[in-house]
Formats: sequence, C-alpha cells, structure tokens
Amino acid sequence: MRTGRREFAPPRFDLTMLRYLLNKIALLIPTLVGITICAFAFVRLLPGDPILAMAGEHGVAPARYEELKEQFGYNLPIWQQYARYVGEVATGDFGVSISSKRPVLEEFKTLFPATLELSFFAMVFAMVIGIPAGIFAAVKRGSWFDQSLMGTALVGYSMPIFWWGLLLIIFFSGYLGWTPVSGRIGLQFFFKPITGFMTIDSLLYGKWDAFRSALSHLVLPSIVLGTIPLAVIARQTRSAMLEVLGEDYVRTARAKGLSAARVIGVHALRNALIPVVTTIGLQVGTLLAGAILTETIFAWPGIGKWMVDSIFKRDYVVVQSGLLLIALIVMAVNLIVDVLYAVINPRIRAA
Amino acid sequence: MTQTEIAPMAAGSPDRLTGLKTFWHYFSVNRGAVIGLVVFILLVLAALFAPLLAPYAPDIQDKAAFLRPPAWQEGGSTQYLLGTDPVGRDILSRLLYGARFSLLIGAVVVTLALTGGITLGLLAGYFRGWVDVAIMRIMDLILAFPSLLLALVLVTILGPGLFNAMLAIALVLQPHFARLVRAAVMAEKSREYVVAAKVAGAGHLRLMLATILPNCLAPLIVQGTLSFSNAILEAAALGFLGLGAQPPTPEWGTMLASAREFILRAWWVVTFPGLAILITVLAINLIGDGLRDALDPKLRRS
Repeated sequence: MRTGRREFAPPRFDLTMLRYLLNKIALLIPTLVGITICAFAFVRLLPGDPILAMAGEHGVAPARYEELKEQFGYNLPIWQQYARYVGEVATGDFGVSISSKRPVLEEFKTLFPATLELSFFAMVFAMVIGIPAGIFAAVKRGSWFDQSLMGTALVGYSMPIFWWGLLLIIFFSGYLGWTPVSGRIGLQFFFKPITGFMTIDSLLYGKWDAFRSALSHLVLPSIVLGTIPLAVIARQTRSAMLEVLGEDYVRTARAKGLSAARVIGVHALRNALIPVVTTIGLQVGTLLAGAILTETIFAWPGIGKWMVDSIFKRDYVVVQSGLLLIALIVMAVNLIVDVLYAVINPRIRAA
Repeated sequence: MTQTEIAPMAAGSPDRLTGLKTFWHYFSVNRGAVIGLVVFILLVLAALFAPLLAPYAPDIQDKAAFLRPPAWQEGGSTQYLLGTDPVGRDILSRLLYGARFSLLIGAVVVTLALTGGITLGLLAGYFRGWVDVAIMRIMDLILAFPSLLLALVLVTILGPGLFNAMLAIALVLQPHFARLVRAAVMAEKSREYVVAAKVAGAGHLRLMLATILPNCLAPLIVQGTLSFSNAILEAAALGFLGLGAQPPTPEWGTMLASAREFILRAWWVVTFPGLAILITVLAINLIGDGLRDALDPKLRRS
C-alpha cells in the first residue's frame, strides 16, 4: 500500500515538466499561425468579391465599395492584409457581424455559455453512465452484460445524432409530452444573465421553477450530444480496465486478500482512468462538431447554431471569426489535456 | 509490422491463398463482423438493383397520397409499404435509391482520402526532414478544427452540393491516413527487406510504392473502413443541414432535412431514412471491428 501512495503523491512542478510544457507550446505555434491563415483565407476564397460577399445580398454602391475596400485593406498587398488581420485578432477585434451589427466577440461571449452548459451536461451524462458500465463490463468480461453493452456502444458510436435527436423529440416531447421541444428555458422566464449558464443563473435568482424549466430543456439535447462520447468512454474504460486487471500489482492486491471492490475500485480503477481522462479530453472536437447538429435540432442558442445560421445568412464575418475562435478553443483544451496527462502520468514527461 | 501475416497476402506470392484463408478464419470467428458483411452486401445489391426493386421512381409524386402512413398502420396500404413523404413520394423507393448515394459517397470519399493520405504519408515518412515537417504541420492544422465545422466551411467556399460535400469530407478525413502511412513507413524503412531492396538498386518510387506500401496495408484497410462509415455520417449531416446533396435527391440526410417539420405529425418520414443511415454505418463499423481483429495479430489472441 505504501508504495502505491508514494506514486500518487502530488507531482512536483520540476524542470522536466516545464520543458515538456514549453515543447508542447512550441509545437502549437505553427498550428496557431495556420489557423489564422485559414480564417484569413476563408473570406478571400469565397466565390466572388470579398467586399460584396461581406456586404451580403443587399450589395453596395460603387463609392461605398471603394470606401470599404480601403477600410478593410483589400487594396494592400496580401501579406500586409494578413499582418493587419493578425494584428486585429491579437487585440481582440474579431469584426462586426453583418446581420446583427454587433461585435462578433460580444455575440460569441453571450452564446458560448449555452454551448458550454450543454456540453458539460452531455459529458456528465456520458461519464456517469459510461465509466461504471465500462468497469462492470470489464469485470464481467464475456458475460451477457458485457456483450450487450459493447453492442449498444457500437450502435451509439454509429448513430447519426441529428436523427437520434429527432426520434427523442418524437417520443418524449411529442408522444409522452415530458420534455420541451426546443430552446434553453420556458419563455415565461426572463432574467438578466449573470454567468450565462441558465441552471446557475436561475438558482442565483432563487427561482426554482426556472431552474426546473432549464433542466427539462437540457435533458434531450444532453442525451443527444452525449451519445457518441458515451459510447467512446464506455469502450475505452472497458479496454483500459481489462488491461489493468491483468497487471501484476492487481494480482498482488488480490493475492493479499483485499476485497474485490477494493481491488477494482482503488488499485485498478486509478490506473485505468488515466487513458480514460485523455479520451474525455479528446472528445472536445467531437463535442463541438456534435453541438452544431444538436443545437440546430433543438434551437439551442449556442455557437454551433450560430455558425450554421451565419452560413445561411451569408454573414461571413461571423463564420470567419467563429471558425477561428472554435479552433482556438479546441487547441487550448487539447493543450490542457496534454498537460494534465503529463501531471497524472510522469512517464510521459520524460519522453 | 505484421509482415509474416500480411506480406504474403499483399505481395501476391504463392502464399496468397493461405493468407486469405487465415484472414477469413479470424474474420468469420467474429459473429458481428459477418452480420455486418451480410448487411453490407445486401445494401450493395439494393443500390445496384434499385430500379428493379423499387416499386416507384424516387421522384414520382402521387398527389392523392400525401403523408400516407406505412402499410401496417391504420390508413396505410400495401401500395406504399413504408408510407409516403409530404409530397406523395414512396419512401421505400427513395430509400433504395438513396443507398446508391450513401455507398457512392463512402467509396468516393475513401478513394480520395486514401490517395491523398497515402501520397502525403509516404512522402513525409520516406523523406523526413522539411518535407515531413511541412506535411505533418498541415495535417495537424486540419485536425485542429472539429471535422464537421471544417467540412461546413469548405462547402460554404465550394458551394453546396453532393460532389463538393464529398470533396470537403475527403479533405477532412485525409490526415488520419497520412499519419498512419507516415508512422508505418517510418517503422518499415529501416527493416532489412527495405535495405536489401535499396542495395539491389531500387529507386525511391519503387521503394515507396512496391516495397514499403504493401506492408502498411493492414492498418490502412481498417482506417479505410472506419472512414467509409464516417463519410456516410458526415455527408448525411451536411445533407441534413442543407449543405450536402440538394432536394429532390433521395440522399438519406437530405430526406431527413425535408421531413423535419413533419416530425410530430408523421413519424415514418423521419424514422426510416435515419434508420437506413444507422444500419449502413453500423454494418460497416462491425466489418471494421472484425477487420481490425483479423488483421492485427497483437489483438488476435486476446
């Protein structure tokens, strides 16, 4: 037991860790530059004139056209345009939405909490079911439960989630009438956002019925968005558990006569969870891609729906900046996952 | 990597038959994979013979039969087995024709992604140095975006439509192949058989394509299968969002998009196209799992 403890003492933030972190960040720089080039190129790759594309369907007068060209710097050489764009982005200027005339960053800030809240509940759903199910399947390997869980996980993994969402609406909202069809909260509730998270804000205002309404709006979208992560987590937990259960230290723990619950819950699980944590972190991209579909189906006012709507409204300033912001978030989260992984698993740092 | 098992199969040596036999032995042990294969063959047949199997043309509208329920439900008739859609088209016929689109999408996307990925991966892994750095940074960049978002943006640039959707999805899926090939090439490059071929005077192209590539096939086949199902899912998602195949194409995702407003009135319009997507994707993923078990000796005896 004692040796086990020592291994899990909080790791010191030593030089290897710092070197690892700097190395990771250095590797991200080309990606970061690439992302800005992609966003920069996006508007210029659109068919037709970028100014006309940004002006939308209304068009512009010739005089105004020249003015805009000057204003956005389209008369400059391309590398100067890029430098200018990077300068703007670096100072937090992401442009102004064509359709709403509001700064894109401001819109993003009001919509992002909705996506975050939905993603959070989706991940909770996926983990609360996926991890125990995966553990149980591994322990009862080859059993009836194991086989049906792995079958179900494959179905979940193959699920077209936009259809899954529609099915759930048909059954739970249409047939049973249990849950609302769309939105984040009942229309009768309105309060000024504090955190932007409906569940937290409603509690801060002390409105229980609003809290209940927010939760009932969250149920179906969370299930839909959490389905693929659930399948992935269940499979990953099972295989990580299977691997760990065959290790020497687990056999030793068993031989010492520790209870099965203790062996599985403490010795095996602690080590099995390392790859699972990474898997969970790497689901962020999947989650954001899934949010595009989930939010569209449930009219959830988050950044996924915002992107799709903007594409249809030809609001290319929003699409450009949204693309950039989302890629930055994915990048940042992946970095955090990498670092966390190195913190919990010291072997990685040396590599 | 899996030289002993794979090399005879791929290189076309006299051992080819035994290789295939071993493969089939391990593949057929997996009941799910065999079921997946059977379903997939049925789908291919349905797609090929859609004009013979379908009771109606996919775009023919019966003005007397809007939103007719399926045959077994009250109000339905055997005339339209799975019911009709909001403009009176037979859903069964549209699904059968839709199988053509889904399989076509999978095949085209995987071909494009494989070709691109193999080329880039071979170049990166074989030459290393700045070629490797340049290619792999670009691959990292593509993977930095959520796949559906990148596909959406690419389709916005290229314009909506089935072909552009396929191009976009191929581009998004391609880095997985490039990474795989690169890793495999790097592992194989210093092996004796490659060095021997080099000493014998084989040129770069021959070394890359004829000597190394056949020995990287196993992981590529598995990844190709998974990408096939991914491509179908993503294309359906794009169709559902209105940026893939355009109506009245009987593509399954597009069918779902036009059925959305009727979900609370006519469950069958929504249920069947999605079920078709799920069954197809599931069948291919089952095959993929079976292939992985059969082709990867490391997992074989576990």
